[in-house]
Amino acid sequence: MLLTIEINGQQVSAKRGETILTVLNRIGVKVPTLCFFGSLSPTGSCRMCVVEVEGLTHLVPACSHQVEEWMQIHTHSPRVLKARKALVELLLANHPDDCLYCDRNGSCELQDLSEELQVRERRYPSSHKPVQIDKTCASIQRDPGKCVLCGRCSRVCTEIIGISAIDSVGRGSSTRIGTSYNKGLNYHACVKCGQCIMSCPTAALTERKSLPRVIEALGNPDLYPVVQFSPTVPGAIAEEFGLKSNKDIMNILRSALKKIGFRQSFDVSLASDITIMEEAALFLERWPRKTTLFTSCCPSWVRYIEVFRPEFVEYLSPVKSPQQIMGALIKQYITSSAGIKSEKVFVVSVMPCTSKKTEADVEGNGTRSVDAVITIRELVKLIRLLGIDLNNLEPEPAENAFSISSSSGRLFGVSGGHLEGLMRSIHFLNTGQELNPIKINDLRGLKPKKESRMRINKLPVNVVAVNGLANAIALMDEIAAGRDDIHIVEVMACPGGCINGGGQKIGTDEKMLKSRMKALYDIDEEEIVKVAHKNPTLNELFDKFLSKPNSERNREVLHKDRSKIISE
Amino acid sequence: MPVQDISDNKAFLTEKVIKNYSGIFDKSSLSRIASIRRDTVDRPVIYIGTGTCGIISGAKSTLDKVRKFIAENKIEASIIEVGCNGFCSAEPLLDIQLPGKTRLSFHNVTEDKAEDVLNSALHHTVQADLVLGQYRQAGLEEWPNVRLIDNLPWFSLQTRHILKNAGIISPASIEEYIVRGGYKSLYKTVLNYPADKICEIIEQSELKGRAGGGFLTGRKWKIALDTAGDQKYMICNADESDPGAFMDRAIIESDPHRVIEGLAIASYAIGASQAIIYVRSDYENPLKVLEYAIKQAREYGLIGEDIFGSGFSLSINIRRGAGAFVCGEETALITSLEGQRGLPKSKPPFPAEKGLWGQPTVINNVETLANIPGILENGPGWFKSMGTQSSKGTKLFSVAGKAASTGFIEVPMGISFSSIIYDIAGGVRDGNALKAVQLGGPSGVCIPPAELDTPLDFEALSGIGAKLGLGGLVILDDKTCMVNLTRYFIDFLQKESCGKCIPCREGTRKMLDILNGITKRPKEESAHETLERFKGVVQLENLAHVISDTSLCGLGQNAPNPVLSSLKWFREEFEEHIFDRRCPAGVCHDLRTFYIDVDPCTGCNICQKKCPENAIIGSVKMPHFIIESKCTGCGICFDVCKFSAIYFK
Repeated sequence: MLLTIEINGQQVSAKRGETILTVLNRIGVKVPTLCFFGSLSPTGSCRMCVVEVEGLTHLVPACSHQVEEWMQIHTHSPRVLKARKALVELLLANHPDDCLYCDRNGSCELQDLSEELQVRERRYPSSHKPVQIDKTCASIQRDPGKCVLCGRCSRVCTEIIGISAIDSVGRGSSTRIGTSYNKGLNYHACVKCGQCIMSCPTAALTERKSLPRVIEALGNPDLYPVVQFSPTVPGAIAEEFGLKSNKDIMNILRSALKKIGFRQSFDVSLASDITIMEEAALFLERWPRKTTLFTSCCPSWVRYIEVFRPEFVEYLSPVKSPQQIMGALIKQYITSSAGIKSEKVFVVSVMPCTSKKTEADVEGNGTRSVDAVITIRELVKLIRLLGIDLNNLEPEPAENAFSISSSSGRLFGVSGGHLEGLMRSIHFLNTGQELNPIKINDLRGLKPKKESRMRINKLPVNVVAVNGLANAIALMDEIAAGRDDIHIVEVMACPGGCINGGGQKIGTDEKMLKSRMKALYDIDEEEIVKVAHKNPTLNELFDKFLSKPNSERNREVLHKDRSKIISE
Repeated sequence: MPVQDISDNKAFLTEKVIKNYSGIFDKSSLSRIASIRRDTVDRPVIYIGTGTCGIISGAKSTLDKVRKFIAENKIEASIIEVGCNGFCSAEPLLDIQLPGKTRLSFHNVTEDKAEDVLNSALHHTVQADLVLGQYRQAGLEEWPNVRLIDNLPWFSLQTRHILKNAGIISPASIEEYIVRGGYKSLYKTVLNYPADKICEIIEQSELKGRAGGGFLTGRKWKIALDTAGDQKYMICNADESDPGAFMDRAIIESDPHRVIEGLAIASYAIGASQAIIYVRSDYENPLKVLEYAIKQAREYGLIGEDIFGSGFSLSINIRRGAGAFVCGEETALITSLEGQRGLPKSKPPFPAEKGLWGQPTVINNVETLANIPGILENGPGWFKSMGTQSSKGTKLFSVAGKAASTGFIEVPMGISFSSIIYDIAGGVRDGNALKAVQLGGPSGVCIPPAELDTPLDFEALSGIGAKLGLGGLVILDDKTCMVNLTRYFIDFLQKESCGKCIPCREGTRKMLDILNGITKRPKEESAHETLERFKGVVQLENLAHVISDTSLCGLGQNAPNPVLSSLKWFREEFEEHIFDRRCPAGVCHDLRTFYIDVDPCTGCNICQKKCPENAIIGSVKMPHFIIESKCTGCGICFDVCKFSAIYFK
């Protein structure tokens, strides 16, 4: 039902049940927000979006207050501006004055608010006290001193991820976002997905930096630094530096990585192809007997199963994640066949992910396959640090033979992509014919849960792709309750998949997600090799270094014994 | 009194007494009722007030002593534990009723006095210094030379409807409640009226919520009744958390069935088959009393399935709150009931539309519900005849602080502050001057003597910027420092803030910082600190307005009240603290400056030895001196000086 309200003297029509903020956004009136965040339920806790409604004694929050017929709203009256400014000043009075030393200098919402409301003087004396920084976790670092208690992280962790690893504790001015029993993040349920970092307006949550180690390794003449990067990295770099995300960007990235000092660069998608071949073989060995396979590329999902649902560990694909496979290949085969000692090789991976940092730390039985993992954000900082101007860089094609990957492997960056690539190869390996059409539309898009019911050789294969761990948890509840019609489940803990990973650009919105997704689908359109089983490099690898998919040799190199649950 | 079988009584009370509309009974029923009411007793009955206030004053020890005395002397007597009649400063209260005589009440009967009181009373003499008075009981022999209890100033100005049974009946006896007219209203309600009629009656009575908001109770019920829902909930808010307010506790401890009956009627009126009583878990005694009362009501079929065959079913459950102040706020109470952190939510939607588990929910406090049976018994017109234009009925107030008598009272709405303080509570203790009355809990206001003629009702109070709140009155004498008191309340509020919204969490802390700056002396009074202090003072009022304007819930919106009201009425006291660095009441230790009077000083050296700051110099047997710049004002020298040689300004 439509109703008419008045905003700043202007007649505006609004729908019953809409919040004031929705109406304001539609008509182009901007009010500052802090605790409001995307699809999360509004709590009205920061009061930054307060507006004046005639007839009401108090100011009301636009984000959670619904419009009503009689409303006359003032969004920027002196009373409102005074209140908003005072709120920012109160936050600043409890915030360390170290903007110039801060990880989020220049990308901080508190800075933006302070600037927008023109805070120019400290009217309230500072009461900030130094707080212990939580560095226990290899993926995520918490600095409660910089927290403004907007609660976005804890709502993401509860509503999107479904874990509730962090939440408010204490009350009054001792309220803080804390972990259970005040232990470090590493000691409990956190799955390290890093979505909390993506939601944090300040530097209270950041990735645990691996950059210093990487810079040190780059400067060490005894080491042979190489880099592998996720298929989402080229697009993200293009987006960050305002370049076109076309075919060239891959080679511009390789050129930049070389300038940084990496001796060789590898696209992890090659390992994704191997994952597909292994999983396809594994699946076909069991199928069409009743079987359920969970993908295991997302370490946050794997950790969830290991910690919360250990009874389902056997469903997890035993194949390592592409990052670990690639690391193993580089160290055990590629560099050694070029005559470089494996202990000299320093493998850095660039990931859209924070969870991969922990994964690289805990897997490997003493010998690390990957020596350091940096997020895309860290790579951007590195490129800027070293003064590399991507706009004036000559694209440089890959030098090594291990640069060819199928577009199926690239699709791993987006939710549903892993399944799509896997199904293409399963179909071919079972029937001898390519899937036609090769695109599986059911598995594409940003929907949180995508199901596809396919038939191979007239027998059903039901697959489900889920993104956002909370949705996967709901699916697990179904499975635990007896649902048994699903053959393969693909889970990516971050909403949308790795294109929205915890290591991506802060401030990622839906528009950016759609364009990142489209970029990967475009590659799939253009690429000649669209399926893993047609990747020529794989044949060489399987011939010379490995063996048949799911053979004993391959299991030794590419699989992980999941019965040994990591104990932390 | 012949001991009667309980099940026997049960049938009699539920079938004959509750269902008797006319109030006319046959002779045998009348005598049975009289014996349950204890109008006549055949052996001495001793009543001891064992509410929380009584227990604190030592009633349990008195009770033990009485038991022992009776056993040792082989006296045939009954001992009844009652709640509190409201005269808390007279606790432990001990009443004695001898066969044929009126009930006699004694005050401050501590353990050591119990024996004497009993001994003399059982021998028909009265200990004059401890007697409080005797009850007005027609047809019984009065004690000579003992005043009637309802003639005491404390009671004579009260209009006791909610408290009519308080301190008189045993809270553990549903029978006593029923023979005094209890559960009749519930019977009438569920059998004779449709739910919307009840809402209408309550709205007609103009009963307003007694927890501070002042919203019409009947209207709230009607909204919940008219909102569709699968399962509606009726919640009784017994999370009384204002320091200095204890009326809800007292009602529960003294007359729990009145609350249960009100709750049952309210549940019927809104169409709820589930009711919850939310009690803070440190209310140990009320919890016990309530649990037992609910059990009794269930046994009597007054709650449970198909009440009186009307088809209306109700279950009442008790939920314990962990004691957070904010959980008295209704949305926070609901989140807490849902098992979450007790955080308030933005309103609208109001709980009556979308409350517990998203269902229509009404939350009323204990006192509001305790009013309900009376309104249904006597009609809305009766209720409306009491009180003022804007506020009908009676209201409970707790009187605490420096009043000569303290406790809780029930008076018609519209009574003035001065009437309560001087006529009922006997003025300020020890003959001191009255400085202010604090009303409405920690986020309430301090009202100066000049405003004492203000009537206590919703409208008149909002006229002077105050709120009725729960009805907690704290009497403050002239030894109170208003700045320090304001600081205390803000400290309470900033600790109890839930921490959800910025203005309340950060703002109250900032106000506290500023007030601390005024009342404390910094280690070094540098120019910078002085500047910061003045800056803070300049911001204090501004900040208070922003906090009240932007906070999410009532706690934050009202948190600046103590600051704003004190600044309004006691500004000069603030100024003395800020500019002269002096606390006129001598409460703010840090601001005191100590001096040694050379004449009485004997040079005993004790002050010098005890001074933690080495601020005192002087040789033995010679007058000592205090180095002002070193003195922190702790006052240890003042306390240890045996010759009264040390004074402060």
